[in-house]
Amino acid sequence: MTSAHVFQQWSAILFVVVLAITGEVLIAAGMRGLGDLDRFRTRPGLVGYFGPVRAVLSNPLFLIGALCMALNFFAMLYTLSIVELSLAAPAIGSLTYIGNTVAAKLFLHENVDRRRWLAALFVCAGVVLLSK
Amino acid sequence: MKHTLTPRRYLILMAVMLTAPVGDTLLSRGMSQVGPVDLHHLGLLLHALTNINVIAGILLLIGFFATYTTSLSWADLTFVMPATAFGYVVIALLSRFWLHEYLSPYRWAGIVLIVCAVGFVANGPSRTEHPSDHPDLDRMDSGVGR
Repeated sequence: MTSAHVFQQWSAILFVVVLAITGEVLIAAGMRGLGDLDRFRTRPGLVGYFGPVRAVLSNPLFLIGALCMALNFFAMLYTLSIVELSLAAPAIGSLTYIGNTVAAKLFLHENVDRRRWLAALFVCAGVVLLSK
Repeated sequence: MKHTLTPRRYLILMAVMLTAPVGDTLLSRGMSQVGPVDLHHLGLLLHALTNINVIAGILLLIGFFATYTTSLSWADLTFVMPATAFGYVVIALLSRFWLHEYLSPYRWAGIVLIVCAVGFVANGPSRTEHPSDHPDLDRMDSGVGR
């Protein structure tokens, strides 16, 4: 395997990770802004879900985040075609996890206490062990 | 204020845990049938959309996306993330008990770590309180000192 090929593989992995973090943080910000979706339900039954769906689909932060996630999906398909799943899955999973935790603290101002940091580290270690 | 989850919300988190790993597995199986895609043949990505495993995987991932976004309306991103990570455990357990694959001690250790992580976060509050989350209370507070 040439160094150019390794560079291409890790570039693809990092591109997927950045898209995932951007998308998830934007979606989380949009959904937090909307609050509990049940309050948009106008009536019981399936028809009542029209209100929450309309509220979500008219939220700009959600739409930009969803666009990032759609790009992430196709980038993931491309990455899986050039990187083995046993490398791509744990690398993308753990890097996205740590990146999301940092981004949630910085941009969403979530209370990332010791318990959540510990959980992030445990998940990353667990994902790496699962790939062995 | 500590947020507690209703049984319905636990069900939504269960759907988050299950739909993503099964969808990813189907996508991986479908893409291995389609074959490698390179930059000069990106049209193959569209061809992949005719593969039954890719279609089933996409439908499950749409279900994941719906339940995931719903959960983010009442919980922190850092609270929901361990639920998504639990998907790795689901994949490993499916491969052990359904496909009868061998799970090495490393993988069992990985499963234990992720289950512990879910336990840490699940015991805590599901959402961070921001002053802007309760504009009514802000207005009430602003009148206290008058």
